Amino acid sequence: MVKFDNKEALESYIQELQAKAQSPDKGLISLCSGPGCIIHNSDKIRDTLTEEMEKHGIADKYEIRLTGCHGYCEQGPIMVIDPGGIFYPKVELENIPQIVENTLVNNEPAEKLLFKDPATKKRVAREEDVPFYKLQTRSIFGKNRLIDPNSIDSYLAVGGYQSLAKALFEMKPKEIIAEIKSANLRGRGGGGFPAAIKWDSCSRHKGPKYVICNADEGDPGAYMDRGLLEGNPHLIIEGMLIGAFAMGSHEGYVYVRHEYPLAVANLAKAIDHAKQYGLLGEDILGSGFDFDLHISKGGGAFVCGESTALMASLEGKPGRPRAKYIHTSEKGFRDSPSNLNNVETWANVPLIIDKGAQWYAAMGTDYSKGTKIFSLVGKVVNTGLVEVPMGTTLREIIFDIGGGIPKKKQFKAVQTGGPSGGCIPEQFLDTPVDFDELTKLGSIMGSGGMIVMDQDTCMVDVARYFIEFLIDESCGQCNPCREGLKQMMAVLTRICEGNGKQGDIELLEELGTMMQKFSLCGLGTSAPNPVLTTILYFRDEYEAHIYDKKCPAGVCKPLFHYEIDEEACTGCTLCAKKCPQEAISGEKKEPHEIDQEKCIKCGICYDICKFDAVAIR
Amino acid sequence: MAYNNDIDWEKIDDIIDEYSSDKESLLMILQDINELYNFVPPETIPVLAQKLNVPKSLIYSVATFYKTISLEPRGKYIVNVCTGTACHVRGAEKIIDAVQDNLQIDTGQTTQDGLFTLETVRCLGCCAAGPVFTVNKNMHGGLDRSSAINIIDDYKKNAS
Repeated sequence: MVKFDNKEALESYIQELQAKAQSPDKGLISLCSGPGCIIHNSDKIRDTLTEEMEKHGIADKYEIRLTGCHGYCEQGPIMVIDPGGIFYPKVELENIPQIVENTLVNNEPAEKLLFKDPATKKRVAREEDVPFYKLQTRSIFGKNRLIDPNSIDSYLAVGGYQSLAKALFEMKPKEIIAEIKSANLRGRGGGGFPAAIKWDSCSRHKGPKYVICNADEGDPGAYMDRGLLEGNPHLIIEGMLIGAFAMGSHEGYVYVRHEYPLAVANLAKAIDHAKQYGLLGEDILGSGFDFDLHISKGGGAFVCGESTALMASLEGKPGRPRAKYIHTSEKGFRDSPSNLNNVETWANVPLIIDKGAQWYAAMGTDYSKGTKIFSLVGKVVNTGLVEVPMGTTLREIIFDIGGGIPKKKQFKAVQTGGPSGGCIPEQFLDTPVDFDELTKLGSIMGSGGMIVMDQDTCMVDVARYFIEFLIDESCGQCNPCREGLKQMMAVLTRICEGNGKQGDIELLEELGTMMQKFSLCGLGTSAPNPVLTTILYFRDEYEAHIYDKKCPAGVCKPLFHYEIDEEACTGCTLCAKKCPQEAISGEKKEPHEIDQEKCIKCGICYDICKFDAVAIR
Repeated sequence: MAYNNDIDWEKIDDIIDEYSSDKESLLMILQDINELYNFVPPETIPVLAQKLNVPKSLIYSVATFYKTISLEPRGKYIVNVCTGTACHVRGAEKIIDAVQDNLQIDTGQTTQDGLFTLETVRCLGCCAAGPVFTVNKNMHGGLDRSSAINIIDDYKKNAS
């Protein structure tokens, strides 16, 4: 075991590792093993791969590295083979012999297993040429595929902890804060508040101080923090170390979701390894700087994304927020000065220290710098984690990188910012995405959740979904949030059930405005956003529910029924076979019919019909 | 069921010791006990209150505030359907309906034989594989009505 007590020892060790990694005798097989890929057997793939390599006597020629998320989740599990960066998507167990024989033994790609570009219909061999990756700038997330999260050496091999060494030995705390300031790093958790202002304020207060990482990621549909923490935990630790040194803190906490067991495990291991190497604990690298880092597991409460609530939770209390008359940078965790940033914010710090504020600030828009990781999910072809420079347009993200809407359906809206965000319609697709532009549209960037919705999504139902979520998650302390949400839910429910009446839309607007003005914390003030933006951009859909008693998208069960279009039906019998209620009847090659009495509107027939013969009426 | 009124007090002590009886670790201690029995047996609460030197009311308020803690006995298999936005737009509601129909219970309830508890969770971060659910710690993705029911049936078979 190595323990570094000076900067030079660390640097020469890194050089040794890098020389070894570049050795031409050993290749690297990197296999994505995030939870999404574990569902698809990525752990068994490793075993089969090892067996197959042994058969060919080449087991020692390649290192198999189980890594965190590669981002292109729709194509998981993903295997990339170096040298060459040969990219295999959706790897299945039975593909392994062919991959081993073609690529590892004969050094050529297994043509039929390569990624097929849906636009050109051509096979693409190299990862860097896959359109999904080609259009991104993965300065933070791209290293995931080179790193075994359970090995500190693989982080060091990509130059890890060199920014820490630079910060400790070549910079004064004030210079670090100045660097973060001129990079204009804004908090990635959602608020977009300049990190340097928080850091500076915390550094000026005396007494024990705490740095905290918010890894609770409560936004449904967002998982970039999980991807980073699982795949590259040392990056977060290094960022926190640099921040702690700049602010004069000696103790830190990572507050991580209980629902992310792999992230908790990988982070715990990373902390242990960093301690063993002398990168955490006392007298780090012989600099005289002490810092200790702990993990605290969250309890599944969305409101704990609010900094004061999170700190209450860290203290072992219910996670209820308080009004921020006094900032947490002065009185936060244990009533001491505390600085809280989100996972992605911390992940940016080593990069800025390494490459400099100028390099960083060259990416992005006037007031939002650097890159942002989005979790692109919902009704989109290429689901996954996407990292692009700030200012990339929604259209580029959803259509160029995301590949557009599956099954030739129509784009309807994109929901950004989770339950505190809003739904953005088609006419704003060319908006450059940054903190301020999305705010102008009534939505927010939030932590980076981007949920794409197509013609089959009912906007009233989506609004109701978010309000229902927020009712569950409101801490209940203040009236506007607790009661306002309940009343909104009552109105939305009656609209969805076909009992909406004139004045309901105005009532929702009034309730929303009241909550925005008078709620205690960020959860309550942003809670009406999904309702207000859907009213703003999809008022006609609300009106169809209220006045025509119709749900145009076919989601609100009391307001529609399924019918088979006689003209389009070929009598293929698939729907009749799949119907769980046996509600569909008809002769082969003759138009079928749905018995409305038996139909439970489960939508299976609508989803599976290849001829678009099932219609929503 | 995992729980039959027998509490392994030694294990409970170990958990408390692991956190050095630190009252700031109350939530994590409750989570560990919850993991052991699939819920927090009410008998443990006075003991915790004494060892951590906190009022029982605080323990109840923490246990009821956070979703990961249950004070009611739960089944051997906890089916947790993800209702995150990505799963919602891909039909999580239909999966819940299917499991409810199959197990003849509502969300939040446990089957009479104590085998299954059905719950929902706000996001498991596996959005690309949605709709997803977990059964205990095993993740199942790309579900539709019939595959969801098949998975539940497999667990039933394995249990009998």
